[in-house]
Amino acid sequence: MIDFFLGYYGYWFAILLMCLGLYGAIMKKNLIKKLIGIAIFQTSIIIFFVASSSKWGATVPIFDEKIGVANTAKYINPLPHTLMLTAIVVGVATMGVAFALVISIFQKYKTLDESVLLKRMKKDNDI
Amino acid sequence: MKVVNYLIMIVFCALMIYASLGLPNRGDAYADLNKEKSLSQTPNAASYYIRNAKKDAETENMVTVILADYRGYDTLGEETVIFTAGLVCFLLLRKEKKKNGKKKR
Amino acid sequence: MERKKDNPIVSLVSRTVSPFIMLFALYVIFHGHYSPGGGFQGGTMLAAAFILIRLSLGMEISQLQFKSRWATPLGSAGVLIYFGTGLVALLFGGNFLDYGFIPFSKVVAENRSIGILCIEIGVAIAVMAIIVSIYDDLLEGSSDD
Repeated sequence: MIDFFLGYYGYWFAILLMCLGLYGAIMKKNLIKKLIGIAIFQTSIIIFFVASSSKWGATVPIFDEKIGVANTAKYINPLPHTLMLTAIVVGVATMGVAFALVISIFQKYKTLDESVLLKRMKKDNDI
Repeated sequence: MKVVNYLIMIVFCALMIYASLGLPNRGDAYADLNKEKSLSQTPNAASYYIRNAKKDAETENMVTVILADYRGYDTLGEETVIFTAGLVCFLLLRKEKKKNGKKKR
Repeated sequence: MERKKDNPIVSLVSRTVSPFIMLFALYVIFHGHYSPGGGFQGGTMLAAAFILIRLSLGMEISQLQFKSRWATPLGSAGVLIYFGTGLVALLFGGNFLDYGFIPFSKVVAENRSIGILCIEIGVAIAVMAIIVSIYDDLLEGSSDD
């Protein structure tokens, strides 16, 4: 039973963060709060991938002469770390684009609330 | 309307936890992900990179070798994505203001 | 909102700390071969050193450190360095992005090591310029004091 929890609790924390991010993206009415929910969702996916690459009793993936490279169970899996490196920086850039779009919406319609925004867009025949 | 939203969230959470029970244990060093040969008897990517990174590129850090040498094409595409995102922000938000006849950036 | 002229502590500390952040970021970029680090991490830290001055001292004074109109050309230069290394490998007879063929030294493995260093420098310059450019764009329409 203890082994079961030790093996799976990492995944369950990532799923909890996913649900919190989804709550923010669906339930809140302010546009900025929705964006923050999406950012939390991105972070939870990164944590999930990095947690799935670990091995018990292994060390960081930097070559060490005392350990050698004949037994690959001594180094953790480096491939998910590489993929998540680029995912973090791409996440920063796309959040920048999202905030630029929110600023443009505010400059045109002068509101950040979702229901008021939909009413003004219908009045302008933009939707 | 709010009840439907809450129901969607609970169903999502339950589905994800049920799906995560099919994954291997988190620290298993002999799962299918970390073996020497994949299921169809070809060399597995992660163990090949661990064995041959120091021999191929004289560099101790395996993550940098994978990022820039074995998977350098993906890093090129990703850098183009960053550059395009910066360009989109530039085009959306920079306006030229005319003030006393002079253009200001 | 009153700032910068009435906060000597914030102004002094940020002006003192910012060069050391830049130095540590250069260390992280160039030691990407031997310890955790590399191009993406160092480029983001370099951008943080410039954004610190923009946050604490305002936009006019921070133009003395890094002008806003240098951001987009530097971003293009970073992508050009990456592509250029790949094309130089093509000119010397290998495949695209196959650094073993560029004749820096006689050993093939060392050529790959130097090729990886050139690529990391290109990535760091591009990431730094784009993050500072995004910050400048988001603050375009507002004026301070």
